[in-house]
Amino acid sequence: MADRVQGISSRLREGTAHKPAAPDGGTDKPVLSLRDLVVEIPTRYGVLRPVDGVSYDISAGEILGVVGESGAGKSMAGNAVIGLLDPPARIASGQVRLNGESIESLPRSEMRRLRGKQIGMVFQDPLTSLNPLLPIGEQLAETIQEHLPVTRREARARALAGLEEVGIPGAADRLDSYPHEFSGGMRQRVVIALALCAEPCMLIADEPTTALDVSVQAQIIALLKRLCRERGMAVMLVTHDMGVIAEAADRVAVMYAGRLAEIGPVADVLTAPRHPYTYGLMGSTPLAARGQRRLNQIPGAMPRLGHMPEGCAFHPRCPKAAPACSQSVPQPVVMGDGHLAACHFPMTVEPQEAAQ
Amino acid sequence: MLAYIIRRVFQSLLVLLIVGLIAFSMFRFVGDPIDNMLGQERTMEDIDRLRDQLGLNDPFVVQYWNFLTGAMQGDFGMSYRQGRPVAEILLERAPATLELAGVSALFAIVFGIGFGVLTAIRRDGVLANVVMTVSLIGVSLPTFLIGILLIYIFSVELGWLPSFGRGEVVRVGSWWTTGFLTESGLKALILPSITLGLYQMTLIMRLVRSEMLEVLRQDYIRFARARGLRERSVNFRHALKNTMVPVITVTGLQLGSIIAFAIITETVFQWPGVGLLFINAIQFVDIPVMAAYLMLISVMFVGINLIVDLLYVAIDPRLRADTTARAK
Repeated sequence: MADRVQGISSRLREGTAHKPAAPDGGTDKPVLSLRDLVVEIPTRYGVLRPVDGVSYDISAGEILGVVGESGAGKSMAGNAVIGLLDPPARIASGQVRLNGESIESLPRSEMRRLRGKQIGMVFQDPLTSLNPLLPIGEQLAETIQEHLPVTRREARARALAGLEEVGIPGAADRLDSYPHEFSGGMRQRVVIALALCAEPCMLIADEPTTALDVSVQAQIIALLKRLCRERGMAVMLVTHDMGVIAEAADRVAVMYAGRLAEIGPVADVLTAPRHPYTYGLMGSTPLAARGQRRLNQIPGAMPRLGHMPEGCAFHPRCPKAAPACSQSVPQPVVMGDGHLAACHFPMTVEPQEAAQ
Repeated sequence: MLAYIIRRVFQSLLVLLIVGLIAFSMFRFVGDPIDNMLGQERTMEDIDRLRDQLGLNDPFVVQYWNFLTGAMQGDFGMSYRQGRPVAEILLERAPATLELAGVSALFAIVFGIGFGVLTAIRRDGVLANVVMTVSLIGVSLPTFLIGILLIYIFSVELGWLPSFGRGEVVRVGSWWTTGFLTESGLKALILPSITLGLYQMTLIMRLVRSEMLEVLRQDYIRFARARGLRERSVNFRHALKNTMVPVITVTGLQLGSIIAFAIITETVFQWPGVGLLFINAIQFVDIPVMAAYLMLISVMFVGINLIVDLLYVAIDPRLRADTTARAK
């Protein structure tokens, strides 16, 4: 644990985070781009908006960390992208563009063909993500044959290659093993192999390390980073773990109550947060270098979806709240190179201050 | 694996031994057959001779031993009423019951699983709701009432199907008689099979439905969808297989009770099977027949349970002890 925390702070200070290939709207076309995405859930008591006007891009070979508290809408946005929103939740407005093409209103059958082939997804718990009754080679081959015009034998060969790529030792002997015969970390590798076996250009990893212990977490993060670079994949890494973000992501999007609070390169956002919420989050993250006894906390809790405050959703908890905050929703404002924050009164702290 | 099978077989034999004891104790404690077998003008000598002939004067343990060794060789003694070997009577009646039970079970399983999957996948569909509503009838009406209703509609009012009996039967082999080969035989099977299988069908259907709904919520189903697998594959390959373990348990037990409950259906439809034989045996305190029937039913229950246990292992790899060894 201490090791990892040390890793975060040293990495932040060195500022070694990988620079994105193209910051927002650059010459390089992003693989995924969300524009004002709104997800709504109609209920008896009114319409809830778990995702409310979120926009961001992810380029090839880039990992965007999406971070926020439980219920901030980060997973919901991921599910909306891959078309797996559970009814009655639905995309109400906005666009989801994959390689420039809108996919938010594709018919079900076309969306299905896209899943696995263009967009892969990894879930939180590797123990429950695999069908317990089918050998893993079987599950891999089935997925490969669904998307690629290959024979059974070729599919098995590709399945084997996929397992080797994610680092399953003795992969050839493990094709016919059942999920229960693997450890948690190995299962998450199998899950990643499954998500990537049809070579999608986009991967959504929904808290892929939350259910794993810390040393295995690091391995899985390293694996995801390697695959992202080698394959030139765009990766959406949904997590609530700032350590994982610092370790893996190139850029980070901070979500609060369904809205984007702040987005930018990891080094900038984590060391010099401009949104008071991000600032508060960083203050509540245990860093060994800081050597404090008590962690700062943000008073209160995130508002429930049905009881969203007027104006900025964060203002009831915000130390800098002013009358303007309860009147209008702040729009994202450019704070630096590819760094945006949605706040009327952004923080003006120096980078060194925030890190200490 | 082998050790598991041997253990299960051993347990099954123990159960049968205990059932045998219960069946046997009927001889001692349920009435005196002599009263029924000999007429009004019996003498004490007649009674003693018959007692001796039937072995009723032997000590308890000797009688039990004779009963067990006899039963194991298929000899259940003589029917008090018909004066013929019980085994012979049972063998004569068994095909009727087994065919009826088999068709009912098939009906219950095929429609139970089919409707269960349908109502789980199309939870809000019109057809699913109709099926669910109708299935309530199957669960709540007693078997004999369903039989009588069916007879009233299809035999009395519409005149399509026979109301009783097996129709024409054909002899196959030395002792098996079948109704499958004649039109009247097949027609005669329809109503009793539905009557007998309806309750089991609704039970299996509701079980499959609830299990399926549970499985469809699992992460691996979501992950299968996220990999772009077809609905058909998700529903039948990934979901249905995972619902099967509890379904097989209940189905197995239900198959046993199909044979046991055949008594009622056979009475309603005057079906010449073992169930009807048993009812008649009770009326005449024909204990050897009753004991043999009890043994027969328990052998079937135990046998089906054994098969169910072995099926678990075939379906769920996690129960195969030796596969974990292979992985290491």
